Amino acid sequence: MSAPAIPSTEPASAPAAPPPVETLTVKVNGKTLQVPKTMPDWQGKPQATTMLQAARCAGVDIPHYCYHDKLPVAGNCRMCLVEFGTPMMGPDRKPVLNEDGSPKIAKSVLPYEPGTPRGAIACATPISPGMEIYADSPATKQMREAVLESLLINHPLDCPICDQAGECKLQEYSVQHGQAGSRFVEAKVHKPKAVDLGPRIVLDDERCILCTRCIRFTKDIVGDDALGIVNRGSYNTIAAWKEGAFDNNYTLNTVDLCPVGALTSKDFRFKMRVWFLKETKSVCTSCGTGCSITIGSREGAIQRYEPRENDAVNGPWMCDSGRLNYQWVGRGDRLKDVRVGGLRSTWTAALKEVSAKLASAPQGSVAIIASARQTTEELFLLKKLADKLGARTASVARIGEADKLLVAADKNPNTNGARLNGFAAADLSKVAAGIAAGSIKTLIVFGEDVTKHGIGSDLLAKLETLVVSDILPNATTAAATHLLPGAAHAEKRGTFVNVKGRLQKFIKAVEAPGDARAEWEFLHDIVLGVTGQDGFVSIEGLFNQMAKEVPAFAGLEWSKVGDTGVNVPL
Amino acid sequence: MPEQFKLILKHVDAPGYTPDIECYMRHGGYEALKLALATAPRDLPDGKKLTPKEVVREDVKASGLRGRGGAGFSAGLKWSFVDRRSGKPIYLICNADESEPGTFKDRQIIHKDPHQLIEGMIISCWANDVKLAYIYIRGEMPRGAKLLEQALAEAREKGFLGKDILGSGNDLEIYVHRGAGAYICGEETGLIESLEGKRAYPRIKPPYFPAVLGLYMCPTIVNNVETLCHVKHIVTMGAANYAKLGTPNNTGTRIVSLSGDVQRPGYYEIEVGKVTIGELINDPDFGGGLRPGRSLKAVIPGGSSSKVLKAGEVFKLNRKGADGQMTKVDVPLLDLPYDFDSLQQAGTMSGSSAIIVLDDSRSMVDTLANLSEFYAHESCGQCTPCREGALWLAKGLHRLSHGEGRKEDAAYLSHIAQNIQGRTICAFGEAASWPVLSFVKKFRDEFEAKGAADEEARAKATGPAHGTRTAASSNQH
Ligand SMILES: Cc1cc2nc3c(=O)[nH]c(=O)nc-3n(C[C@H](O)[C@H](O)[C@H](O)COP(=O)(O)O)c2cc1C
Ligand code: SF4
Ligand code: SF4
Ligand code: SF4
Ligand code: FES
Repeated sequence: MSAPAIPSTEPASAPAAPPPVETLTVKVNGKTLQVPKTMPDWQGKPQATTMLQAARCAGVDIPHYCYHDKLPVAGNCRMCLVEFGTPMMGPDRKPVLNEDGSPKIAKSVLPYEPGTPRGAIACATPISPGMEIYADSPATKQMREAVLESLLINHPLDCPICDQAGECKLQEYSVQHGQAGSRFVEAKVHKPKAVDLGPRIVLDDERCILCTRCIRFTKDIVGDDALGIVNRGSYNTIAAWKEGAFDNNYTLNTVDLCPVGALTSKDFRFKMRVWFLKETKSVCTSCGTGCSITIGSREGAIQRYEPRENDAVNGPWMCDSGRLNYQWVGRGDRLKDVRVGGLRSTWTAALKEVSAKLASAPQGSVAIIASARQTTEELFLLKKLADKLGARTASVARIGEADKLLVAADKNPNTNGARLNGFAAADLSKVAAGIAAGSIKTLIVFGEDVTKHGIGSDLLAKLETLVVSDILPNATTAAATHLLPGAAHAEKRGTFVNVKGRLQKFIKAVEAPGDARAEWEFLHDIVLGVTGQDGFVSIEGLFNQMAKEVPAFAGLEWSKVGDTGVNVPL
Repeated sequence: MPEQFKLILKHVDAPGYTPDIECYMRHGGYEALKLALATAPRDLPDGKKLTPKEVVREDVKASGLRGRGGAGFSAGLKWSFVDRRSGKPIYLICNADESEPGTFKDRQIIHKDPHQLIEGMIISCWANDVKLAYIYIRGEMPRGAKLLEQALAEAREKGFLGKDILGSGNDLEIYVHRGAGAYICGEETGLIESLEGKRAYPRIKPPYFPAVLGLYMCPTIVNNVETLCHVKHIVTMGAANYAKLGTPNNTGTRIVSLSGDVQRPGYYEIEVGKVTIGELINDPDFGGGLRPGRSLKAVIPGGSSSKVLKAGEVFKLNRKGADGQMTKVDVPLLDLPYDFDSLQQAGTMSGSSAIIVLDDSRSMVDTLANLSEFYAHESCGQCTPCREGALWLAKGLHRLSHGEGRKEDAAYLSHIAQNIQGRTICAFGEAASWPVLSFVKKFRDEFEAKGAADEEARAKATGPAHGTRTAASSNQH
């Protein structure tokens, strides 16, 4: 956060300038630059900057397989080997200089064969002052070619039927850094195929390059010792301690981590070539953490969710249950029709009638059940309606179990978005009582089956008007006098505010089925009809208006909320 | 006349000498420990004062003792790298994994004079403030493990181990840990992982130097069995006297395991550098020469990982002349003094001091195929170049030694090996590639001739119309 530009009479309260970053001078591919002496390690702790990090500072990506920013360093693939040099030191411990005054560099060589360059693994080797990193020298390239050749000699090369094809690091690096031919003329090693590692994961051991990313993630991030290596040498084989025992709520992250097609998701394998997928930035709705995700879709159907890296929320991970919870979006029984009195209607007719009924409803005779699964913008509009109608409001809480990594106990994705807009979680007993007493004659329900929360079908039958918006059919939608089919998050734009106050945008990935529409669109029409307020015809305009009116969102603008979101005060 | 110098092996194989503590003490056992504990502080010329423990550490450095496990690194220097400021416990591990093919020296000590090792360990632990030490013993030596357990119990009973050793206020426990049969457990960081109960995957260095981040991420000293035994003798003899044994920078004695085509294979202790390779092979007190009618073909001088030396080779060695000037002199193979530096200058190493002699009846192709099979079997498989390369080499050599060779196999094998050495996590990469590189380089004719002969034989068998079969169509493995 930058310091506010408000003149202060209290100089003592001015924020202290950040401590200067200590730097080292290194050379990457001939370019001299200053890099921080320390940089965050996989746990975010400052550690001596590595050659790989220094190269990144210079905009040079050193190819790597086993290294991952968020996993402990293993240094086993050797793909990141680079030739390097360090300033030569004289007997007086002072640098030896060239004639032009520049320091003489001693290139790293094998101690027992001084004519042969010696590489260091960039992922684990700290930089030192004056170090020169030769990330594309002939020696470095030769080391890379050799590692790739080794990785490929026993590889099945079954790209045509491999799910990873198109997003495979072995393919990519082979093209970028490999050689066309191999000298290998021996018989390949054969290993188990289609191993049932766990309920959601299948492993092809022949494709595995033994980078141990999956093991390290499972052990060091999840805390599960399910995976390991059996056998020795070239016969090394990844395995679960018991067939099928790889079963924690994060197993599918190993499919993302796996640089090759060894680990595949049972849900996704053989379904789709990845290059046909349209990728859309979105947010998981299965709990209050709101992991950033990428929706992969094709021809209007969601094919998979993948975590989208967001250090403020989920890092690079997401849980399996959230990841696989997308099928409902494409369910065949989705609500597709606008219905009035049980008969199919049109949006124009239905909204006109709803607006008219609400506009003429006596103050206090309307109750609104909002949902913390609705977007922040929808809740903002709904609140306007509630205020105008003097409506009693309630919203159903969903509490489940949390875990130590990502999953929140709150199973609603937008509890804070609801709360900041003035909808507190409350049980429905007061609303139920109002209906029973006859004081509440109109009920508006968004995304809840109220029959499961204390407003049974008998009570619903007492209402004069029951406006219901939902996505899937249930007992409440069946009883609606006015049924307004809504859109899943993947079918619209909007924001959620997670349990920690992170506001994140999500973008439309697929079309809603039939006549179903984004709730904010028709809520806008109802608000216009009831209150006369207009002007929120785009999500940008609506969000910006909300930011003007709701203190927690003050100063925000849709276009300035980045892909990873912003923090809002809770 | 070259002769043995029995310092470590003094009592080993002596008639009537038994591995129990009573026998050991009858022969002066545990006197060195008492001597060490009674060490006086030492004033240095610059006014600094060394504590008794520092005195012993300095003496080990001054003795010139170099590690007997393989790398020949100065023991005193290694001890000086130990991070003594971290506040973490310091561990000492005795490497008794002895798995390098051709090596059978540590097991003589373990089986026949275990208390010598334990006394050396107790002194080393005391000098380094170690309260907990381990003996990591090769799994295939169950009797040795039992003997060590017994010896430790005896030492504990006598107050040499446990709480308040001999009233000195120092505590020490030593545990025996048995390996499960993998060569890589001898590599010190693989050993540490194994001791921690994990797969023996060697650690990357940096950052995991044992002296700083060793066992349980604490500072750790790993020394070979023989190295630790020498510490006892340094204390007894004094650093200066010890350093008079052997030759400058190659001090003390060393047990050589001699095997292969000699008449008297066995283990022989020599003053380092005072006996030549030729004497070790031919002297009646050592190898006793080759079998009748045979001639020398090659010598593997420091365990199977070391680069082979060819009969008739002449090396350029640095020699200090009478005037103190360094000059290069020609030294033929048989005149090479058996020590760390001479072998290094000859382009190989004394490694685990295991000499394997090959006579003219040996096929270099078959010998190398045998060695490479071992390395393919023992590669831990952690890092790519060694995991894939070691088996690749073994398969190629198997093919070449089974009639499926090609003329280009010599180049093919060197190329594969070249892509392993220097690119791996641990020195196993060198161990697997050096034999190949040196065999092929020095016996290239033999490798090429074998490939050519195989091609010719195949051409004859299939007829010219079919041309040569490719190796890929052969079906081994
Ligand atoms: C593949 C490999 C195997 C090794 N095996 C042994 C062994 O069996 N015994 C041993 O003492 N050292 C072995 N070493 C050397 C150890 O890593 C370590 O350097 C040694 O134990 C240190 O002791 P020292 O300094 O007393 O020689 C091996 C090294 C490598 C790379
Ligand atoms: S399965 Fe994939 S992630 Fe796991 S070790 Fe193999 S290549 Fe690496
Ligand atoms: S932790 Fe919550 S938000 Fe993240 S993927 Fe799982 S259910 Fe979705
Ligand atoms: S060099 Fe070989 S033995 Fe050493 S870590 Fe790599 S694979 Fe394992
Ligand atoms: S990325 Fe695998 S060794 Fe560095």
